[in-house]
Amino acid sequence: MMSETDPLHLAVALDGAGWHPAAWREPSARPRELFSPGYWLDLVTEAERGLLDFVTFEDALALQSSRLDGTPDDRVDQVRGRLDAVLIAARVAPLTSRVGLVPTTSALSTEPFHVSKAIATLDFTSGGRAGWRVQVGRAGETTHLGRRPPGPPLRADNLASPEVQAYITESFDETADHVEVVRRLWDSWEDDAEIRDVATGRFVDRDRLHYIDFEGRWFSVRGPSITPRPPQGQPVVTALAHATIPYRLAARAADIVYVTPHDADQARAIVSEVRDEQDRAGRAGETLHVFADLLVVLDDDANAARQRLRRLDDLLDAPLRSDAAIIAGSPAELADLLLDWQAAGITGYRLRPAVLPDDLEAITRGLAPELTRRGRFRAAYDTTTLRGHLGLPRPASRYATRRDATTSRIEAAAR
Amino acid sequence: MSRPRKRIILGHYVAGVNHSTVWSHPDAGSQIDFASFRHAAQAAERGKFDFFFLAEGLILRERLGQIFDQDVVGRPDTLPVLASIAAVTEHLGLVGTLNATFNEPYELARQLASLDHLSGGRAGWNVVTSFDPFTGQNFRRGGFLHRDDRYVRAEEFVALARALWDSWPADALAVDTEQGRFLRDAGAGAFRHLGRQFDVAGHFTVPRSPQGRPVVLQAGVSPQGRDFAAATADAIFSPFHELGPAQEYYRDIQARVVRAGRPAGSVKLLPGGAFILGDSAADAEERAREVARTQVSGRTAQILLEAVWNRDLSGYDPDGPLPDVDPDVTGPPVIQGRARNPQDPFETVREWRALAAEHRYSLRELAIRVFAHTEFVGTPTQVADRLDHFVQNDGSDGFILGSHLTPGGIDEFVDKVVPLLQERGSLRAEYTGTTLRDNLGIPLPADLHDGHAHDGHAHDGIAAEPAR
Repeated sequence: MMSETDPLHLAVALDGAGWHPAAWREPSARPRELFSPGYWLDLVTEAERGLLDFVTFEDALALQSSRLDGTPDDRVDQVRGRLDAVLIAARVAPLTSRVGLVPTTSALSTEPFHVSKAIATLDFTSGGRAGWRVQVGRAGETTHLGRRPPGPPLRADNLASPEVQAYITESFDETADHVEVVRRLWDSWEDDAEIRDVATGRFVDRDRLHYIDFEGRWFSVRGPSITPRPPQGQPVVTALAHATIPYRLAARAADIVYVTPHDADQARAIVSEVRDEQDRAGRAGETLHVFADLLVVLDDDANAARQRLRRLDDLLDAPLRSDAAIIAGSPAELADLLLDWQAAGITGYRLRPAVLPDDLEAITRGLAPELTRRGRFRAAYDTTTLRGHLGLPRPASRYATRRDATTSRIEAAAR
Repeated sequence: MSRPRKRIILGHYVAGVNHSTVWSHPDAGSQIDFASFRHAAQAAERGKFDFFFLAEGLILRERLGQIFDQDVVGRPDTLPVLASIAAVTEHLGLVGTLNATFNEPYELARQLASLDHLSGGRAGWNVVTSFDPFTGQNFRRGGFLHRDDRYVRAEEFVALARALWDSWPADALAVDTEQGRFLRDAGAGAFRHLGRQFDVAGHFTVPRSPQGRPVVLQAGVSPQGRDFAAATADAIFSPFHELGPAQEYYRDIQARVVRAGRPAGSVKLLPGGAFILGDSAADAEERAREVARTQVSGRTAQILLEAVWNRDLSGYDPDGPLPDVDPDVTGPPVIQGRARNPQDPFETVREWRALAAEHRYSLRELAIRVFAHTEFVGTPTQVADRLDHFVQNDGSDGFILGSHLTPGGIDEFVDKVVPLLQERGSLRAEYTGTTLRDNLGIPLPADLHDGHAHDGHAHDGIAAEPAR
């Protein structure tokens, strides 16, 4: 377990003009540049200047929507439209050097083979800074892809129905299979598979390439990957979770779970549940970070921050609501809260800036230095990979220790 | 000739893998590290190339159930590496080979439109299809496509991708911060499509990209493929390197382009090819022979021929005659995962036997001739002359050139041949535009330029059945 003097991990979630629906109307916003590379490069560069562990990039194969079920809301007063998150991350990768890059993909709508090599490639082009935020998917995606029937309609009043609960359970099970395939493919080339042995004319040692032979309820994938094992071995897998079923997925499959407590007691209860699921998944000895998501509005003057939130809310039909706790205050106040929740077992935070770049800069120039002054956040990057920042060791390929058995299996298959 | 000199279009492909890439040479670098891609792309941009080109392979090749170990293997995912290259180049087009069988239009169109935004309008797509159930084993959908349905799917796929690219009008973003209006109209991105391959509807998430439509490249050799490419492509991979057949192909494609209602010259023809330079013609020939022998070892020669014979040829002496047996068309495949196995192996073997008899080729020499032929061999002046002559006489509009060496093989071409082409005015001295379409000289038709042409049927989608 974390001790109360352990350093905190800080990440920022990037999305559009920020997480407040009226963010794009702020004077500092660049709403005409949301689809240009310079906008994203500036934000990620700022995060790196603030020594953050990583940034995430939100995404979905559907337009943003304010509705629970993700169906189009036909709104014209909020940011709509997004670029592919993996490609944004890849575009900024060569121009940054330390900060982790964690794009989002939707599991039910995509091929794990494609996702695996995409994240592996990001790991190559970023020099070992790739992560992945896996999400199940958005309801609106199914008619866009056309390959599976849409799920049952989701409404606030039917979430507890057996039909909807069964659908949710199945969706998360399928997502767990998707993550399993992606991870196996990352391991399917051992690190030393490429031998370039001129004497024998062999470029690779095929005994160090592995079929993953995944056969699940929804799909099967043979492997190996076409992309060699990425620099980190296993890029960092992350998932947002709000309830038991997703906690279970994260505890089985992720390195970081983002959770959404609204106070320290909730944080303690959620951490306890996640740790139980982690034990149950047989991963008790492994590092599983529990990050709290917080939507933040920050100003050196705490009252100014609260006034700004009110001013932004006045532009909406109703005040901002979020799955994550909304904190409006000063960086010093936020630092107090982060340390308080850390004592409840939270190991890091993914902060959702209400307005970009204002609240990002308040994090990088206000909050991060404040935590550094208190001895709880790095004063400089001392590692170059995302796993390094997070204290995650570089794992050996799961197939590396089973060479003899696997070799004979492949040979048997060849006969 | 009295007409103005044509400017040669140049693409640079990094093969990176397979037998054509020499890995035993001391200068052979990594096929996977980003530094290699950065090097090759920046060299091409220094040489004022039009675009950078990546091929694709979605499964590792196998021989008798064992993964190839004699060739370079291991490649990056195409789109992310192109997005990263966009960060370290300014003008170079970024063309990826992406499979229409193992992707879905919504996702792929979105990725290409995203790449177009992230590169300031430099995205291109080389459309390929696959009916190979072997490759399908890596995908949840499996190998579902019948061979005859490949063009049906590709045609519908491209049409749907373009409908998605057109689905946001150019002025869709109002971005009125005073009035609080981000979109001009909630219909931005709306689409609906019902066809034989796809039944999809909803909203596309990417606003109109800088090029409007990323550039589409295709291959097209069969009559069906030629019509399809002439009607839909922006550029076509030509398979012809000899001037006579190339000119015939060029005339045929341009006639089909006009018949398809498009302006002559609006589709660019680009053969792929490799080059080897030398200080003298003899020196270049000698280097080419050395490279070919390195590319095709005796073992590799057997494996290359096994793909056609569909037999284990490891018992045949590479320095001896061609196998005297017929191809086995009934047995399970010996070689899996190669892009092209011949449709009629008997015919191919007949041709090869004739070729071997004519030149007294051994098994390995035949394999070298067929699989390790370097198209452009000579001094820098000879190669420049040959490329220029070919283009000025309508053998093509340019070339997609690669080297047997990754990543530095292109440097020599950029340093020695490019200045010669520039001197004679056949290659740009500086980039004049910002997009891949600017580089290629293929502007989007005016009626498509602002997206309004499609406003009327943005909600109705494209034709339910592709034109047949």
